[in-house]
Amino acid sequence: MADPVEIAALEELLSGQRFAVLATSDKGAPYGNLVAFTAVDNASTLLFATHSATRKFENITSDNRVALVIDNRTNDPKDLHSAHIATALGTARPLEGNDREEGLALFLAKHGYLEDRFESPEFILFEVQVEVFHVVTRFQNVTEIRMRS
Amino acid sequence: MKGILSFEEIHSADLPRVGGKALALAEMLRSGVPVPGGLCVATETYRNYVRETGLAERIALELNRKPFSEMRWEEIWDASLRIRNMFAKTALPGQMQNDLGEALNRRFGDQPVAVRSSAPGEDASGASFAGLHDSYMNISSPEPVMFHIRLVWASLWSDAALLYRKELELDIFESAMAVVVQEMVPGDASGVMFTVAPGRSDSTAVEAVYGLNQGLVDGTVEPDRWFMNRATGEIQSHTPPPERFRLVAVEKDIIQEAVPPELADRPPLDDPVLQDVFNLGQTAERYFGSPQDVEWTTKGTELFLLQSRPVTTEGRASYESDDKRPWYRTLTRSFDNLEQLRDEIENSLLPQMETEADVLKRENLEAMTDDALAAAVESRNAIVERWTGVYWDSFIPFAHGMRLFGQVYNDSVRPDDPYEFMTLLGNTGMQSTRRDELIREASRTIGKIVTNPEELNSTQVLPQQARDILTSLAADLSELTSMPLPEKETVRIVSTFLNHSGKQPASDPGALESVFLQRISESERPRMERLLDLARASARLRDDDNIYLGRVERELTRAVAEGRKRLEATGRITGTDEPGALQTSEMLKDPSVVFAPGKSESATITTASVRPRQMTGQPAGPGVGTGFARVILSRDDIFSFNEGEVLVCDSIDPNFSFIAPLAAAIVERRGGMLIHGAIIAREYGIPCVTGIPDATQWIETGDRVTVDGFLGQVTRSNPPQREKEE
Repeated sequence: MADPVEIAALEELLSGQRFAVLATSDKGAPYGNLVAFTAVDNASTLLFATHSATRKFENITSDNRVALVIDNRTNDPKDLHSAHIATALGTARPLEGNDREEGLALFLAKHGYLEDRFESPEFILFEVQVEVFHVVTRFQNVTEIRMRS
Repeated sequence: MKGILSFEEIHSADLPRVGGKALALAEMLRSGVPVPGGLCVATETYRNYVRETGLAERIALELNRKPFSEMRWEEIWDASLRIRNMFAKTALPGQMQNDLGEALNRRFGDQPVAVRSSAPGEDASGASFAGLHDSYMNISSPEPVMFHIRLVWASLWSDAALLYRKELELDIFESAMAVVVQEMVPGDASGVMFTVAPGRSDSTAVEAVYGLNQGLVDGTVEPDRWFMNRATGEIQSHTPPPERFRLVAVEKDIIQEAVPPELADRPPLDDPVLQDVFNLGQTAERYFGSPQDVEWTTKGTELFLLQSRPVTTEGRASYESDDKRPWYRTLTRSFDNLEQLRDEIENSLLPQMETEADVLKRENLEAMTDDALAAAVESRNAIVERWTGVYWDSFIPFAHGMRLFGQVYNDSVRPDDPYEFMTLLGNTGMQSTRRDELIREASRTIGKIVTNPEELNSTQVLPQQARDILTSLAADLSELTSMPLPEKETVRIVSTFLNHSGKQPASDPGALESVFLQRISESERPRMERLLDLARASARLRDDDNIYLGRVERELTRAVAEGRKRLEATGRITGTDEPGALQTSEMLKDPSVVFAPGKSESATITTASVRPRQMTGQPAGPGVGTGFARVILSRDDIFSFNEGEVLVCDSIDPNFSFIAPLAAAIVERRGGMLIHGAIIAREYGIPCVTGIPDATQWIETGDRVTVDGFLGQVTRSNPPQREKEE
């Protein structure tokens, strides 16, 4: 029972939005911050990057379960009914070697302005294998879109 | 106050903020035509009100629950009613209240006024949307006037306006409504005039009634009608009504009465006044430069113009023939019209339907030849189609009785819950309520006889007395509903009820009724009691019409089943094939016809599995309930239902509503507050959400679901399921 409205909303969020809120677990306490992201592999993978000295890096190293929230709100009351929000649940791992090269090219295609950051070997590219997206439309309609593993 | 203009202050540049009605009145007044004086509350006041109170966003949330194209007519009623209640419950912000109150007091004091809509775009050229918005007559003193200004504002979102939202370019954050507050002229006679009569370009049409013109405009009072030569004013014809009634303002109310005997045989206008009316139309037409639709009233020797707008083509004419909106608009019926409809339904249509079902029931289908059976299937199919037509044309419009009462109740009691009035309409001896009572009664009696519910499953152990009760219950139920109950299933129902009698109907409506009637003035009380009675009949019929229709449908089903049995016996279909009525008849008539099943829809998702977790529909019964879902797809599912489960179905059929009192909550695909399931849910205080798209598809039996009947929200919770049963 595919609902094209939700699929279309998700596609639009993944291609149209540059940033997502990344949620990680800090020894069981929630921790959130904003990251630049790119969706690849038919949306089953999200890429983001961070420095190895950051708290989120530390958190992911000890618990690789993450959530990313992507939305198109405009900071207007209309957002309540018109904004779309997708929450991706999955696991994160740092990319290395050839995977990293391929991922980096895709990531920089969207976020070229971050190219300089990768000059540091400590700026790490992560991939999140998405298990499921929860897509919210019309304020409180929630649809689960489960990805092929 | 900024945002309030006297008629004298309005100029053509103000059109976008005062609307066409107010501007026309101002211009007529300026040109010397007598117009009852007044004020216009301009659109900026509306805008400030909805912005400062946060109503704009609440309206947006209400109207964005689901796409409009997926909303049924009843859901549009409901959305509109909830919005109306928001306006009724939301006071003007302090400063606005003070300023407006002061302006009204200064201009009118305690003098009665008319409060009328003047929406920019309402009389847009090319199409007439007259009647989409509300007007209120005979309102006195600032406080009630401000309340009615809010109600007129709310009618910007009336259900009829919502239907024509595209044509009206309705936008939640852009659209606004101006309101005209005008001295009330308690006219001796009133009427409307088309300076160019519809379909008769050389004539002017004048319609007149005694008293106020409201009755004429809303169609409750039949007028005298004249056609006049447009060039000379000469009378071409005069048609009096069968009987003359009038609406008059009494204290704070408007009442309808027969005209006094001395006026009964006299038209409301004599020839000289008719000529004055004609001349008034000529003046308006000359001034505005196009044919006019003029409302007017006379008081003593004075003739007042109440409204003038361009004659426009009726909006519906330009729509496609499958446009259901004109039909929808006919649902809004007057009290008197509904009383006639009730009479027709109760005394003619339902008895006819019952007789017809009885005649069909006596036919011996088994004894018929194949050809005769084919003819019976076809004729029964036609009978069902005919009654389905009656259902749409008469039964559904009669449901408007509930709504009409609801509006009166909400305006006088102003409850927090806009559906509180439904409590007053429940418990009115619906057939299904009687049936549920039979089941409960039988369960109680058997509970006294049987010590162990297991005994019910074995007829050897079961005492004769209990067996007799079960047999008689099965017979009673089959008689009362269109669904024959085999004894095994009767046993199952009774054992479910045995230890749990289910929820009893909720609160006693007596207290609410007296609260309501106390708010009604002495003079209006008899009419309101009749309206309540009408609304109760309307609620009862909403329930029972399905049962009556079910009896007729059952006779079609019986004939089709006999046909399928014969086709299966000769190997032309298998036990799982389900040819439709006409296909069955074709196959019976012609042995060479081969069964061709319809295509089944397949929706394969290759990239992902998509399943809603939470959906929004219409809040139909307040309360929150959680439980395992029981999805009712076929008749057999009904008998698997266990107490405490969440009942998920396409729509609650009165034929299986007896399980409703056992449900933790109810979810229906079909939307609306006035539908059967919602009525039952409110009656028993069961949380209920209706209008959930594809409810029976995305929820599976065994899913754990939470139903929030306050918000109209259904959520599948984690862990998602209990072990699936087959």
